[in-house]
Amino acid sequence: MAKRPTPTEFIIERDEGKCIACQVCVRMCSNDAHSYDPETDTVTSDSTKCVGCHFCETICPTGAIIIKRNPSEFKLNANWSAQVIRNITKQAETSGVLLTGMGCDKPYPVYWDHIVLNASQVTNPSIDPLREPMELRTYIGRKPDRIELTAHSPQSTEKNKIPSAMDYRLLTKLSPQLKLETPILFSAMSYGSISLNACISLARAAKEIGTFYNTGEGGLHKDLYEYGAHTIVQVASGRFGVHREYLEAGAAIEIKIGQGAKPGIGGHLPGEKVSEEISQTRMIPVGTDALSPAPHHDIYSIEDLKQLIFALKEATRYSKPVGVKISAVHNVAPIASGIVRAGADFVAIDGLRGGTGAAPTVIRDNVGIPIELAIAAVDNRLREEGIRNQASLIAAGGIRSSSDVIKAIALGADAVYIGTAALVAMGCNLCQRCYTGKCNWGIATQDPYLTKRLNPDIGTRRLVNLLRAWSLEIKEMLGGMGINAIESLRGNREQLRGVGLSDTDLKLLGIKPAGEAW
Amino acid sequence: MRYVLIGNSAGGIAAIEAIRECDKKGEITVISDEPRIFVRGKPHINYSRPLISYLLGEKVTLDKMPYRGEDFYKDNRVELILNRKATKLNLKKKEVVLAGDRKLPFDKLLIAAGGMPVIPEIKGLNSGGVFTFTRLADARNIKNYIRTNKVKEAVVVGGGLIGLKATEALMELKIKVVIVELADRVLSATFDKKASSIIENALGRKGCELITNNTVVEIKGKNKRAEGVILKDGKKISASLVIVAVGVRPNIELVKNTPIKTNKGILVDAFLQTNIKDIYAAGDCCEAEDLLLEMKRPIAIWPAAVRQGKIAGFNMAGARKEYPGSFAMNSVELCGIPTISVGETYPEGKGYQVLECFDQKNSVYKKIVLKNNKVVGAIFVSDIERAGIYTGLIKDKVDAASFKEHLLKEDFGLISLPKEYRKHLVAGEVAVI
Amino acid sequence: MVKRIYIREEYCMGCRLCEVHCLVQHSKTKNIIKAYKGEYPKPIPRIIVEEKGYVSFALQCRHCEDAPCLEACITGAMYRDKKTGAVLCDEDKCIGCWMCIMVCPFGVISRNIEGKKIASKCDLCVGEEVPVCVKNCPNEAIVCEEEK
Repeated sequence: MAKRPTPTEFIIERDEGKCIACQVCVRMCSNDAHSYDPETDTVTSDSTKCVGCHFCETICPTGAIIIKRNPSEFKLNANWSAQVIRNITKQAETSGVLLTGMGCDKPYPVYWDHIVLNASQVTNPSIDPLREPMELRTYIGRKPDRIELTAHSPQSTEKNKIPSAMDYRLLTKLSPQLKLETPILFSAMSYGSISLNACISLARAAKEIGTFYNTGEGGLHKDLYEYGAHTIVQVASGRFGVHREYLEAGAAIEIKIGQGAKPGIGGHLPGEKVSEEISQTRMIPVGTDALSPAPHHDIYSIEDLKQLIFALKEATRYSKPVGVKISAVHNVAPIASGIVRAGADFVAIDGLRGGTGAAPTVIRDNVGIPIELAIAAVDNRLREEGIRNQASLIAAGGIRSSSDVIKAIALGADAVYIGTAALVAMGCNLCQRCYTGKCNWGIATQDPYLTKRLNPDIGTRRLVNLLRAWSLEIKEMLGGMGINAIESLRGNREQLRGVGLSDTDLKLLGIKPAGEAW
Repeated sequence: MRYVLIGNSAGGIAAIEAIRECDKKGEITVISDEPRIFVRGKPHINYSRPLISYLLGEKVTLDKMPYRGEDFYKDNRVELILNRKATKLNLKKKEVVLAGDRKLPFDKLLIAAGGMPVIPEIKGLNSGGVFTFTRLADARNIKNYIRTNKVKEAVVVGGGLIGLKATEALMELKIKVVIVELADRVLSATFDKKASSIIENALGRKGCELITNNTVVEIKGKNKRAEGVILKDGKKISASLVIVAVGVRPNIELVKNTPIKTNKGILVDAFLQTNIKDIYAAGDCCEAEDLLLEMKRPIAIWPAAVRQGKIAGFNMAGARKEYPGSFAMNSVELCGIPTISVGETYPEGKGYQVLECFDQKNSVYKKIVLKNNKVVGAIFVSDIERAGIYTGLIKDKVDAASFKEHLLKEDFGLISLPKEYRKHLVAGEVAVI
Repeated sequence: MVKRIYIREEYCMGCRLCEVHCLVQHSKTKNIIKAYKGEYPKPIPRIIVEEKGYVSFALQCRHCEDAPCLEACITGAMYRDKKTGAVLCDEDKCIGCWMCIMVCPFGVISRNIEGKKIASKCDLCVGEEVPVCVKNCPNEAIVCEEEK
């Protein structure tokens, strides 16, 4: 049956004057959008196959290719957009659930863009981070309610001597902590959803910067064990790849309950992606679908969760933090409170705009709440209950820049997870076709033709550059506010002001409107 | 240290370079019986012998003949004695005696005297217009003879490499050539029948006549000018120019009647030293190890001469280097058809496997000879691209069992080789194969 | 210190941009569009890309320490540049006898038979700080490092 032609989403424009028919685009496009005709010695393009990843445009040595959005298509209609029509057409043809990748692309308000930061003027001095120490070090884990100290050095009892820090001994036993040199971690992205080279890039960058990456539910490939000290190992509903060495290899364990891109539903790695290596890492037969159920089948209450948290703590002899990741949903605050009370050392909250390798579009775009509101709500709730110190809060889902990071921390997060931003650093242009496994950038694919396109040396370098740049910017912004440690900004909502937000938004975010003084 | 080198071609020059790499001070003297050539007033003091056919065919001008530039001897501080033959060796005194009785004492001696044309027994060889073809002087003499005598027809005796290169050059000069070859085909030493047939056809197309299984018994001449030849079967061919190119043999004249051991050539050990201490030999005059046949024999090819000269030079200068051995190979373009033959190309006996593809119409032929799954020989006609990969496989005696079926494929390359070997080749990493 | 080009086949994408840039570098105009569209005979690249399945790699002259092409060259056209250590072919001297092709174990010397027959090989982009194949490899699958 012939498919009804619909206008293509993109148009591949080839400047014939510049095209030298070198065929680099032909060789590189995993969607076969370009082809070479030896008879005429010309390269032609089929726009219907273009997904808009811009790989060819990037690599064309003469700049002969431009990928454009198709300007002429349907009659302009505010309600029935081209995307809506395309989706309906597709479903009318296939009767399938529409799949997508990356985070929600609907124009919900991005609160980050309605929040501004403060800076010092006259009355309190700003700090130049290039001249003065500026602390971004962050510890993730349970902080004690109070600490007990004892003077331990005999000299300290001498008369008239002011005791130094070395003269005290900490009596309180501290919970295990993750030490971050910058308050940014790499989000959970499994080996399977992304390539091993992408995992290696993340792991190496985490090690170089002094932070952590997260395995997702992909298990830990044997080549990644060496980065264990910078790995957060995830335990999710499918329990793929979870075994003793795995738990012991990581610096922390994260129980995944939900993901911002697809709250309430499970995961699905199609069998064709389950290669020999992935099968070994996930401990499932080659070629079988890896289905992560929507819920953990042993968790139906906070009490059940507590059992798993402590089972994992027992298994690792209380040597590492165990946290829980949930998606930001309506009830996020009480749920987070329950999680903290269940003994989690950190709670990761993934907002509406969080990414995915594959999710039903309808879920991704319509379920969950924005991370900004979730941070404020959870931080408030934990403070109100007096348990904010018992767990760290990691915010995730749509952190795009250093200003998003600093605003998240001022709203109440301890640190942030970045996923999409990390992928973009490695080359991704957000074509949202991760689920096809044809990622031209070698990121969201297991095809050996494509995975080699991501040289982990380059991936690592770019990720490290990004984190260095953001850290520097965070220091600049902190210095501007006259703050010399990121710790002092956490939950310091006085440093934030809302612009163009409703009273309700402001109330929920716990910030004053711009123009209102302290 | 006094180094004396006899011979100023591939072996001798390579030896100079090697000696100077290790010994900046020692005195080097090179003796050559070749004269100095002047090109537009500038002296050229060496030349590349294989180029003489190009010179004759006017594809190369005289000024392009030198193998190393004018400054070579000055830069390497070499005393050069040209146009003088070494006539005698006095081993007791460690002296080389030159024509004219000049005596040259040496501490280390290299004999790189090259080869000599084989002269068959033919009546009338001394008539004018009969030449061998191994030296620059031959090319120039032939050229002069052609010009003065307006040569239109020539006979080339011998369908080997030299004979064919001479033929090609003569045809470039619009001379009709008849080749007379004793064997049943041209290039019988290095080619098999199919490869020979491609070249024979190409020669035929260019108007060259080939007579095989036959030989010249007499050259008829008048007034010191050749007029024709008579073949073994009585056939007469008219020609005013005869080039005798039935082969070369090692030049061992100098060491005759000395204790230096010879077979066909001067015998050398793995360090290119003869049985007499401090006397070395390299190039076409010596007999060194054949890597494939695992025996000593003369391999009169340029790359082997250079390698031998180099190794001999190193050893003379005190750096102990072993000669890994060589094997027969050659690359020749004939009638515009490039050809390469390496190793055992025409195996006889058991245990060989031959892979080939033959496209007579397009003059394309590829043949790979394997023994015990190792490549031991190859022929390439027309399609010679990347032939060196096969040469490398022969040299390294690589087990080809795992990639045998790829050997003849269009896309055969390093990528077809086992990954470890490939990495070893490319990165110089240690590989166990 | 002699620099050498190392190839990392695990990161070669097979895009052949190295070939494109090599061709341009060795064209008359050194202008990519003119080199492809306006120069006859069309310049040829001096780098070879091998491909089989998903494995691919670019290969150019290794400028071997013990270079067999130097020994095999009958004209003396093949020489080692004293400064850079590169093995270069004096195209004026080369007569296209293909001895070098016969002995190169990497198969990286090719015939240039457009016009005068000459052996065509990598010259490490004389005059450039970094060879263009290295400079333009989008995935750093060809790197130029000091000899290990």
